[in-house]
Amino acid sequence: MKLFRLQGGIHPDTCKILSAEQPIRSLPLPNWLHIPLQQHIGASAKPVVKVGDRVYKGQVIAVSQGAVSASIHASTSGEIAAIGNYPAPHPSGLPIFTITLKPDGADRWLEQEVPDEPLTLSPEAIAMRVNAAGIVGLGGAAFPSAVKLNVSRRSQVQTLIINGSECEPYLTGDDRLMRERTSAVIQGIRLLRHAVGAQDVLVGIEDNKSQAITAMQFAAMGTEVQVIPIPTLYPMGSEKQLVKVLTGKEVPANGRLADISVLVHNVGTAYAVRQAIYLGRPLVTRVVTVSGGAVAKPSNLEVPIGTLVEELFRFCGGFRETPVRLLMGGPMMGIQLPNTQIPVVKGTSGVLAFTAQEITGNRISPCIRCASCLRACPIGLQPLEMVARIRAHDLNGAIRLGLKDCIACGSCSYVCPAHIPLVHYFNYAKGELAARERIKLKQEATRKLAEERMERLARLAREREAAAAARQAAKAAKEKQANVLAEAI
Amino acid sequence: MNLPTHAPHIHSPTHIGQIMNNVMLALIPATVLGFWLYGWPAINLWLVCVLAALATEALSLHLRGLTVRPTLLDGSAMLTAWLLALSLPPWAPWWIAVIGTIFAILVGKQVFGGLGQNVFNPAMIARVVLLISFPVEMTTWITPITLGSEQAPHFLEGLAITFGSSGTTFDAVTSASLLGHVKVELNRGVDLQAALTGYFIPHDAVWGWHSGSLGETSAVLLFLGGLVLIVKRIITWHIPVAMLIGVLLPAGLMHALNPSHYLGLVPHLLHGGLMLGAFFIATDPVTSPNTAIGQWIFGLGCGLLTYIIRTWGNYPEGVAFAVLIMNATTPVIDHYLRPRIYGRNHKGEALLP
Repeated sequence: MKLFRLQGGIHPDTCKILSAEQPIRSLPLPNWLHIPLQQHIGASAKPVVKVGDRVYKGQVIAVSQGAVSASIHASTSGEIAAIGNYPAPHPSGLPIFTITLKPDGADRWLEQEVPDEPLTLSPEAIAMRVNAAGIVGLGGAAFPSAVKLNVSRRSQVQTLIINGSECEPYLTGDDRLMRERTSAVIQGIRLLRHAVGAQDVLVGIEDNKSQAITAMQFAAMGTEVQVIPIPTLYPMGSEKQLVKVLTGKEVPANGRLADISVLVHNVGTAYAVRQAIYLGRPLVTRVVTVSGGAVAKPSNLEVPIGTLVEELFRFCGGFRETPVRLLMGGPMMGIQLPNTQIPVVKGTSGVLAFTAQEITGNRISPCIRCASCLRACPIGLQPLEMVARIRAHDLNGAIRLGLKDCIACGSCSYVCPAHIPLVHYFNYAKGELAARERIKLKQEATRKLAEERMERLARLAREREAAAAARQAAKAAKEKQANVLAEAI
Repeated sequence: MNLPTHAPHIHSPTHIGQIMNNVMLALIPATVLGFWLYGWPAINLWLVCVLAALATEALSLHLRGLTVRPTLLDGSAMLTAWLLALSLPPWAPWWIAVIGTIFAILVGKQVFGGLGQNVFNPAMIARVVLLISFPVEMTTWITPITLGSEQAPHFLEGLAITFGSSGTTFDAVTSASLLGHVKVELNRGVDLQAALTGYFIPHDAVWGWHSGSLGETSAVLLFLGGLVLIVKRIITWHIPVAMLIGVLLPAGLMHALNPSHYLGLVPHLLHGGLMLGAFFIATDPVTSPNTAIGQWIFGLGCGLLTYIIRTWGNYPEGVAFAVLIMNATTPVIDHYLRPRIYGRNHKGEALLP
């Protein structure tokens, strides 16, 4: 198949060799599970259990709220020990609302009816079950999958693209999933296709995963699923880039994938959908790569959601040396963890422990305008010019240069010989923009309230005047009457 | 380990110092040849330039209240001095080197705000200032007398030439550079062929065996150095190729029209500062455009202006002027020639679904 050219991109050392040959192992049940209620983009889920309740594995413990949200299920059977604040997977380590579950060790599933012929379900029914299973995009963005399915079905997308690129260095979970649970992944992909009625299904896998490509191509034989090797290039796993490479189409600026009749799901998501519909198993575990130079035995683990990162490292033989940085996600876009007492969430593709050698020193030098960032940018931005604007507090200038089109992939920061934290500047600027919008909204609201108050006061004054005038008139009339009477008398 | 840090958490193994070092490494062959051809005075001149640059840089950083050490060691000041030294007449007196270097670092770079902030190439600014201010010293060329040979000045004589009074009595053969000679002869009404006879020996010219600036004479070594930079991705090929085309295209055309008046391709390519300019000067990232198309325009402009100044201007050599003029256009080129953004057309409007 003809592939289309991407601009920019980088070739970081993938370091996947550390864990790529480690089969997926199940992590033994930990003593405690801390399940955050905000694990996805959109509104936080609302708890439907009380402290002391006994729950089955897969039982809903918090329901989705609002149009964009996802339900959360118990990752094992046990007792609800606490509902309260617990540190979130975020660099700040600030607490968020979390349900703490004490496993009973039985790991007993809540039995759910499963359809005999999943592919005969109506598309709406599939979306409903995906929604009920609390499935979110497992590539990292954690966008509720059912929402995407519904939008795509309504706009009748032509092409379903399955993202098996796994372009982040170190991560190997999707690779292992495609190699070990190939037929389940293909079943999931076919369910997704059925759910949106797409004509074509393209699975893009980076060509550094030859075994996954072979396995998937073999399993996809005789189906409508096309498995396509694509060049290894970061950020191939970004939706916009993947769509461009496979279809040649570009998502319009400020637009959505549905605008060009495309839907993208991750292979992990496809697997989760298959588990939900074929087996009635909601999303309560996920595959997590545990890697990095500081980890004794890098591995791929199937982990119950809510397990503390600490347990994962312990299971992998602990640290061979004290890590200088802990990460959740990949090294290009992942977040730093303040410590290991942080739970694994639905969007956790990996946990990494880095040595000092792996994170290069970052003495920042002046920009020499070498334009490496410009050549690396997969979007066609001029990071150096944008940073110059942001440093001068010229946010509008940065927006004119395409600040809002930045996908924060980090390619520019990666290549910058001056070690300027370019993406950091962009995220700062985006934060400032959001704050500005909020202030504008608030000012708008305040202005409206003030206007309404003025109007109200004016109306009251008018009413008072009218009333006074009426009283005056009545008085005058009365006096007149009295005078008339007096005269008459 | 709890200081919050932002993604990406890994970085390509490059830094500014490495870029500067690579450029200097690529300059070594041409420089060493210059030392060999012109002897101790050339070595002295180079040393004076580098030391003056480091001193000036350190002083300016100190005055600006910055930490001196890391910036001083990033190699940028040394590179500027190196490039300036290569473009000077090899037996120029020490004060030419000192004035030029101070001007390059102080006025060419630091007053703009230091590394990355300057509009013009510092080495070329200094070269032009020197050329205009001290035309005699800046156009006194010598024929190569290789280091260690009978006629070459030994170490002490070398010191006397560089640091002595202007009336140095050392018995050297001075001669005009080819481009200068041709200009003078053409102005005298001499036919080009006659002017070139005995003056232009292609075989010697290829390797740099002729009078000229310290490090500009060997087209081959400079070309190889430039090739290394392109392979190592320190520079892209666009500017050098465009600049060479910018000179060679009009040169070929004019020579074909009137071979008795216009120099051919080979002398243009092998003489003067074209090779150094195309691969090491015009490619200075700070003062050249960012996009490939911008670099094409910039390079072509540098080449064309070089040819025009060489052919019809008052000066025999035009690389420095050409680069400076094009440096001034860089912000404009970068303003109008931006890459197309994903999901948008060239005007920046969102694509239609």
